[in-house]
Amino acid sequence: MSSSDTPPPSLYAAQEPIFPRRVKGRFRTLKWWIMAVTLGIYYLVPWIRWDRGPNLPDQAVLVDLANRRFFFFWIEIWPQEFYFVAGLLIMAGLGLFLFTSALGRVWCGYACPQTVWTDLFILVERWIEGDRNARVRLWHHKWDAHKWRLRLTKWAVWLLIALATGGAWVFYFTDAPTLARDLLAFSAHPVAYGTIALLTFTTFFFGGFAREQICIYACPWPRIQAAMLDEDSLTVAYREWRGEPRGKHRKAEDADTLGDCIDCMACVNVCPMGIDIRDGQQMACITCALCIDACDDVMDRVGKPRGLIGYLALSDETLERAGKPPKPILKHILRPRTLLYTFLWGAVGVGLVVALFVRGDLDMSLSPIRNPTYVTLSNGDIRNSYDLRLRNMTHEARSFFLTVENDPSLELSIENDGAKIVTVPADEQLNQRIYLTAKRGSDRANTERSTVRIWAAETGGRTRSYADTVFNGHPDDDDTNERHNGNGDERKHR
Amino acid sequence: MTRKPTPKAQRDPETTGHVWDGIEEFNNPLPRWWLWTFYATIIFAIGYVIAYPAWPLINGATPGVLGYSTRAEVAKDIAGFDARNADLLAQLTSADLEAIPQDDALNRFAVQAGAAVFRTNCSQCHGSGAAGVQAGGYPNLLDDDWLWGGTIEDIHTTVSHGIRNESDPDARFSQMPAFGEMLTPEEITQAANHVRAISGQSHDAGLAAKGAVVFADNCAVCHGENGEGNRALGAPTLNDAIWLYGGDMKTLTETITNARFGVMPSWQQRLREADIRAVAIYVHQLGGGE
Repeated sequence: MSSSDTPPPSLYAAQEPIFPRRVKGRFRTLKWWIMAVTLGIYYLVPWIRWDRGPNLPDQAVLVDLANRRFFFFWIEIWPQEFYFVAGLLIMAGLGLFLFTSALGRVWCGYACPQTVWTDLFILVERWIEGDRNARVRLWHHKWDAHKWRLRLTKWAVWLLIALATGGAWVFYFTDAPTLARDLLAFSAHPVAYGTIALLTFTTFFFGGFAREQICIYACPWPRIQAAMLDEDSLTVAYREWRGEPRGKHRKAEDADTLGDCIDCMACVNVCPMGIDIRDGQQMACITCALCIDACDDVMDRVGKPRGLIGYLALSDETLERAGKPPKPILKHILRPRTLLYTFLWGAVGVGLVVALFVRGDLDMSLSPIRNPTYVTLSNGDIRNSYDLRLRNMTHEARSFFLTVENDPSLELSIENDGAKIVTVPADEQLNQRIYLTAKRGSDRANTERSTVRIWAAETGGRTRSYADTVFNGHPDDDDTNERHNGNGDERKHR
Repeated sequence: MTRKPTPKAQRDPETTGHVWDGIEEFNNPLPRWWLWTFYATIIFAIGYVIAYPAWPLINGATPGVLGYSTRAEVAKDIAGFDARNADLLAQLTSADLEAIPQDDALNRFAVQAGAAVFRTNCSQCHGSGAAGVQAGGYPNLLDDDWLWGGTIEDIHTTVSHGIRNESDPDARFSQMPAFGEMLTPEEITQAANHVRAISGQSHDAGLAAKGAVVFADNCAVCHGENGEGNRALGAPTLNDAIWLYGGDMKTLTETITNARFGVMPSWQQRLREADIRAVAIYVHQLGGGE
């Protein structure tokens, strides 16, 4: 290795400006629809009302952090039921695996918020500054009043969209109409303003300026996706064997020597990532399919068949090069791998739905107090203490009668209180210490460890629940001349 | 998948001249962002040294222009909590002790505060679970047997003044004589058998019958005719299943021979009245309160 005087090349690549041209076609139409639906859901869902009765929020979708509840239409999730959220995340993960293995980076190209908002920002850009050529001209133009006016208008509209985006987010966490009023009156919580400011900035910067840089450098997902593609996954590809050698068809005989690609650069000009799909499948391609629309349009006009650029799997490439027809799309999608993903996805989904319907509105848990494990009373009885937690997940206060299952030798009592009824307020968890006492000399008292089941039955209702726990006794040690208070250093005295 | 890799014009960079097994070390400049971050940390460090305590001195450290200290921060936090709880603390200090458990909010506050006081000041002897120390003479506070009484008032008095200490003239006091000087070993064994008999444990009936006489003459005055104990004197109940030092022959013989003298400190000089009341309420609700 020889050293030279020239400095090493910079590791930093400056962002090349990209001016995507407007395009029409079936994929563009599909993308407009997806944008309308996803943005519509995002901006409007917090405003859907849902009557749950008094003292409860009437917002259909609400993540109530203050009261630790998640409301989704008729479903109400408590923090203890977070496994529902975990299940949904698992489904989202499996869904992405499924779509990626079947359709490649379809998430990136159609549904990713970065793509959707960038698309929206480019639309605004085009409305204000014109299409590709006008924007390129404006880019090179000096900063005069005209340029400033266009740029400031564009940035202002972007900022409004960004503000609406950040604003919509906070509405998911508290009552939307109330918060909207508070926000306008400058009396909302600083966290709300801070969140809006942060999301406004990220939307403005990511959608307006960072754009494809986020996909290429910041996002980990493309790397993960790349690992999940296989030779049957559909990606956007250029049919090189049909297009090359590319060139402008100037004479009739050129058609014999040149391929179908007329090198019009339409596919490059419409690309929001600024790449040339004819270079082959590449990391920066988000498979938004706009180059397909652009190329099909050109092929129609020059009287060539469509599909010079199209959705194609790696396995099709080999087939087509050999002059055989590609596998039908359905065969790409219905494969053991995708079917397995579908099955798993459905299984988790069915599991969640079943869990949702069988879950009770009463949750009970009982934990023994182990410090000490038992207490000897003056008459020689053995007493254990437990922390009882009863969660009443209905909107009314309910009372429960506590009993020990099938064991008359165990006496249940509540904090020196004669009654065995506890009342749990609506939507709350009750923490109550309860005692179980076994008579001196009984089997329970003499058994070191035995299991016990406690039932809580609603008084005047049909709801009941149980919890299993242990009762710690102490073998009668009369013969060994010992009696303990159960403080843990028994061994020493044996 | 890339069919056309774009070759970058790579020039040989400078090396440090170090070669190990033919491997050379590049002498690349530090990345700019790294260098800037490094300079920024230096500037930050200078600012920090000026603003916050930094240089260690013999008896402390330079105070820093902001006058910050973690101790002051803690003191401020504690003062803040006290100010926030001022109302409840005042209520707790002035309320009728026995009525506190009926006041839900005040009771909850007292139990929580009492638990904290207990963990800090009482758990060393009585255990973090309040089960005492068997054979150590530290009473279990969870059961229904009390030496000096188990009402909130009784517990409050015990905590305030302690037991058999020398620092508080109002401390509860009593003293068991060491019977080793007054009784023969045979008599002590007989008395111990009698105690085992009245507490329902295995015993020698003949010795116990003789022991009943010894007990009546020497022990009954404090422990009661049937061994029911006397709370005014802190004399333990002997006819139940609970033992402070142990109910086996060996321990009983030792207790009668040498006597016991359990001491608890007075807390009124160390804790606020509100803390003592809180801990009394806490202990009372542990399961044995009367």
